[in-house]
Amino acid sequence: MMNLSGPAIAVRDLRVVRGGAEVLHGLTFEVPRGQVTGLLGPSGCGKTTLIRSIVGVQIVTSGEVAVLGEPAGSPALRRKIGYSTQSAAIYRDLTVLENLRYFAAVLGAGKDDAERVLEEVGLAGTGRQLAGALSGGQLGRASLAVALLGSPELLVLDEPTVGLDPVLRQDLWRLFQSLAERGVTLVVSSHVMDEAARCHRLIILREGEILADGSPDGLRERAGTTDLEEAFLRLVKEKAERVR
Amino acid sequence: MSPTITLATAGRILAQLRHDRRTLALLVGVPTVLMILLRYVIDDAASFDRLGPTLLGIFPFIVMFMVTSITTQRERATGTLERLMAGPLGRFDLLLGYALAFGAVAAAQVAVVLAISLTWLGLEIAGSVWLLVLVAVLDSLLGMALGLFFSAFARTEFQAVQFMPAVVLPQSLLCGLVVPRDAMASWLERLSDVMPLTYAVEAMQEVARTGDVTGVLVRDILIVAGCAVLALVLGAATLRRRTP
Repeated sequence: MMNLSGPAIAVRDLRVVRGGAEVLHGLTFEVPRGQVTGLLGPSGCGKTTLIRSIVGVQIVTSGEVAVLGEPAGSPALRRKIGYSTQSAAIYRDLTVLENLRYFAAVLGAGKDDAERVLEEVGLAGTGRQLAGALSGGQLGRASLAVALLGSPELLVLDEPTVGLDPVLRQDLWRLFQSLAERGVTLVVSSHVMDEAARCHRLIILREGEILADGSPDGLRERAGTTDLEEAFLRLVKEKAERVR
Repeated sequence: MSPTITLATAGRILAQLRHDRRTLALLVGVPTVLMILLRYVIDDAASFDRLGPTLLGIFPFIVMFMVTSITTQRERATGTLERLMAGPLGRFDLLLGYALAFGAVAAAQVAVVLAISLTWLGLEIAGSVWLLVLVAVLDSLLGMALGLFFSAFARTEFQAVQFMPAVVLPQSLLCGLVVPRDAMASWLERLSDVMPLTYAVEAMQEVARTGDVTGVLVRDILIVAGCAVLALVLGAATLRRRTP
C-alpha cells in the first residue's frame, strides 16, 4: 500500500562506520514527497554514504532510515526507487538500448520504457551506440536513464550533473523539476553550490554532520547573503566558532 | 527468483559476448588450437586417446573460471552489481543467468573442439559423445561457480586474473594429467582426492575408456555436480545487497 501522508524519507540518528572511521555522525532529517531535495557538501562529506543508506545498499551502524514508509532496503522498495551511482553503472560492452532493455526487463518495466527514458535524458540518437563509445557526459546520462526506468516514486541521484556543460545541466534540472511536478520525490547530490538554488530544499552536509537544512531562501536569510556559496562558507565559519 | 529476470540476465551476458567477437573467437579457437598442438606433439594415436579427453575436461573449466571471475569483478567495480542489488533482481537470478549463458558458450566450445578431435585428429572414445559433452559442460559450470566465488576476494581485475593460476594450476597438476594419481606420493594423492577437477578428469577418462556407464562415472558426475552447486551457493553468499 502506498503511504502518501508520511514523508518520502525519514532518517533518525543515522550512524555509519566505513573503513574503521565513523563517516556519518547521527543524522536526523526528513525529505518531503514531490520535491527536489539537494544534498550538498564538499567532496568526502558523506553524501554518497548517506545516499547508499537511503537506497539500502549500505551497512549502517545504528539509527533508522525509512523510505516511503518502509525500512530502507526492504524488498517492497526495490521497484519504487530509481538509483544512479556517481560513476556510470552500465555495461560498456552493450549498446545504450541493450543496457536499458536489460534493466527494464529486470524491473518489469514496459517494452517502450527504454525509448522513453532515452528521450528524457536527451540521448535519443545514441541508442545503437556501444556505451563504451559514449563521451563522459553521455555515459552519465545513460546511467541516469536507467534510474528513470519503470517510473519510480523516488529518485536518488548521486552527482548526476558532474562533467556536463551548462546547457545540458540546465536541461537535466528542468527534467528533475518536471518529474517533481508529477509527484516524484528526488534526492540529488551535488558539490556545486550553484545547483542548490534549483532545489526546493537543501540539506548541507559537512564532515558527516548536517550543517544546514532548509529552503534556499531560508539559508540565504540565515547567513545574511544572497549568494549560496557565500552562505555555505559563512555557515561553516559560524559552526567552527560555536565549537570553539 | 524470477525466470524472466534470469533469462534476461543470460541474454544480456550473451549479448555482451556477441559484441566482443575477439573474446568469442579466443574462447573457441584457443582450445581447438591447443588440441591440434597436443595431437601432433604426442604424435601417437593411443596416447592421444588417453590425454585428449582429459584436456577436453580441463579447457572449459579453466576458461569459464577465468571469464567468470573477471566479469563478476567488473560488475562489482563498475557499480552494475550494486545497481542490480538495489533492484528486484535476486542473487540466484544473477547466478543462474551466468550459468545459462556460460553453460551455452561452454557447450559450443566443447562441440567445436570435439568435432575436430573426432574427425581430423582421429580421437577415438569408447563411450557416448553426449556423455562427454555433458561432463564437459558440468566442468565448465564448476569452473564458473568457483570463478564467481573467488572473484569476491579480488579487489581488482589484476588480482582476479592471478586467481586463475592459483586455483586452477594446482588442480591441473594433481588431477592425474601429468602423473597418474596412484603413482604420486600418498599425501599428494590425498590432496588430489579433495580437488573437484580430479573427478572431472576421471569422468572424462571413464567415458573415453568404456562404453558402459560405470559406477565410477556416475559417482564422479555426482561429485562434480555437487561441487558446482556448493560453489554456486558459496558464490551466492558473496553477493550482498548491503556492503560496508
